[in-house]
Amino acid sequence: MTSPAEQSSGSAVLHPEMVAAEDTHAIYRDGHRLDHAEGASKPFRSQPEPQPRGAKVHGNRPINQAEAAARFIAAPEHEKMHDERLWDLRQKRDREMHHIPEWEQLRSLASAIKEHTLTHLDEYLDQFEANARANGIHVHWARDAAEHNRIVHGILSDHGAKSLIKSKSMLTEECGFRHYMASVGIEVTETDLGERIQQLDKEDPSHIVVPAVHKLRTDVAKVFADTIGTDPDNNDVHYLAEAQREATRPLILAADAGMTGGNFVVAETGTFVVCTNEGNADLSANVPKLHIASIGIEKIIPRLEHLAVFVRLLSRSALGSPMTQYTSHFRGPRAGGEMHVVLVDNGRSERLGLEEFWTSLKCIRCGACMNTCPAYRRSGGLSYGATYSGPIGLIIDPTFNARKYSNLPFASSLNGSCSNVCPVRINIHEQIYAWRRELVKRHDVPLVKKAAMKAAGELLSRPVAYRAAIAAADVALAHLPRFVIYNGLNAWGKHREVPHPPKHTFHSWYQANRGGKQ
Amino acid sequence: MTSRDDILASIRANLPRVDRPLPHVPLFDESPPPSLLSAFKKSLERMGGIFLDPPDTGDVLAPVRAKIASAKVVCSTVPEIAGNRDIARVDATQDLADVDFAIVRATFAVAETGSVLLSDTDLHVNAVAYLAQHLIVLLDPADIVVNLHHAYRRPEFRDRHYASFHTGPSATADIEGVLIHGAQGVRSLSVLPSPRTL
Repeated sequence: MTSPAEQSSGSAVLHPEMVAAEDTHAIYRDGHRLDHAEGASKPFRSQPEPQPRGAKVHGNRPINQAEAAARFIAAPEHEKMHDERLWDLRQKRDREMHHIPEWEQLRSLASAIKEHTLTHLDEYLDQFEANARANGIHVHWARDAAEHNRIVHGILSDHGAKSLIKSKSMLTEECGFRHYMASVGIEVTETDLGERIQQLDKEDPSHIVVPAVHKLRTDVAKVFADTIGTDPDNNDVHYLAEAQREATRPLILAADAGMTGGNFVVAETGTFVVCTNEGNADLSANVPKLHIASIGIEKIIPRLEHLAVFVRLLSRSALGSPMTQYTSHFRGPRAGGEMHVVLVDNGRSERLGLEEFWTSLKCIRCGACMNTCPAYRRSGGLSYGATYSGPIGLIIDPTFNARKYSNLPFASSLNGSCSNVCPVRINIHEQIYAWRRELVKRHDVPLVKKAAMKAAGELLSRPVAYRAAIAAADVALAHLPRFVIYNGLNAWGKHREVPHPPKHTFHSWYQANRGGKQ
Repeated sequence: MTSRDDILASIRANLPRVDRPLPHVPLFDESPPPSLLSAFKKSLERMGGIFLDPPDTGDVLAPVRAKIASAKVVCSTVPEIAGNRDIARVDATQDLADVDFAIVRATFAVAETGSVLLSDTDLHVNAVAYLAQHLIVLLDPADIVVNLHHAYRRPEFRDRHYASFHTGPSATADIEGVLIHGAQGVRSLSVLPSPRTL
């Protein structure tokens, strides 16, 4: 029996032209199309089109996110596929949520557990370290990205290791790990399919869970043809995935060391937990004798009973799948093996002291806020020019570099959808707004925005002038010719219809209808 | 000062001065499904796993024997089925690269998600569960817990060095959302209900 929720969700389509008529390669069980992991709930199909690239990065200069977003929007096949796929993940997430009566309670528990842990972070890290050491894990501490990279290099050098297989880790992206390893002559192979595509294309991941979601199958076919020798004219997804498996397997078998991240760290048992769909983290951890895990200090939770709350929320929020295919618990090295954990700060302890922003450390990196964000879905993750994109990126990136990422908190309509889907209840949209204020205070806001905000500020501070301006604007919107509204200078008129202006403002309606009844 | 001391000192200097007590986590088990095995089967199939129905009479292991009939290399860690690759004689994980089927027993399973827990004790060499092309798991129906809250009360998380929930086979849809089984690990995961023989 299907519930009304099942019938009503997962069916809305944003761009009907992206839905393929037939889907001969889909996997069915008992007549039902499987859509677990990040699988789409319906067949999508794109037409070939050159891939738009991400933001242009010039040292410390502010990233022009709007410029890169405009180029993404100018590539309609990419933009629509991206929009459609992420919205599909969001709808699958809603479908899962409706299956779990205690969903909202789980979100509150997750938030409370994280806030408790973060306010006792020193104690729990101390406890984890003692328990992990007792189990035979080597524990290291890194103040910043450079120290992290040096520590890992040191461990590899001690073992004479020259090749490393690794699973996806946003922390290692944050640390510029692959660049550093290339400079010291260590060959790194990413083993997650999406991350491997990005590595071979010399591009950063565009999404924290689905790194190559901004690419079409034809883009992947070109990357693989150029790097692992696939047929350039064959863009069948099954063929491409199989070719990658065959090309990567020998590298996995021959690697000197393996590396993973960590989704959760349990203080009471000295355990770290890694979640993947491909099993690639388990290959990285279990095939070579040496396993190194790089983990941010905010990933810790007190006890195993708390882990249940987070594992139930993570994949459902991220992909609308009840569980990741693999959820692996590492408590100590295997017989004959060696295990290292590098606990990394890299700005996290300072973020803990930011009164308005410390709760951003609750983030479990599920990507739900990105999937739901209209600005992210339309602009692509690489337009942000930062390790973390989408709503969570807007509130984390400025802590790394307030000037370089000063434009990012403006890449939002403040609709609040991100906060509503966040499994740990981070008030993301409020923090985005708070960052705008903070950046203005620090004079890190670009001139054009400053002038516009100054004018708006003056208007908003005088109610009579504001009402006159709104009434005039509504009259103007109703009578202006289309080319005035839908031109290149008005970002809100691009690729969307501006809502019909109301006949009255609320204020004039209230005066006429209820004004005398106070 | 060491990096450890530096980081802990920085944390202490920045700790939010707010009171956040640790909440009690309920077990959320008020309305369990009528049959844990049926619920497990349904969840497993949603995640791309294969549930092997044992025949009503005769050899309960027949579905497993049928699967491995034409396989070249079978590595079994269970006494019920004999393979032709002895895991006790595997020196290096790389020796498992040519395994077609691995057969193991799950420590326990979770009805809510369709997961089976495989630990270092069950696998002998952890990598066998990922390097094999296909994985077959024997599960005692008495070893199914209702949800993840119950699962994390199990002792294996406190005494094993490695324990992994497998919920279906290796999967990806990183390219245009097209679902693929066998991204890097096993191409299929089959579960056969089979009581433990003591």
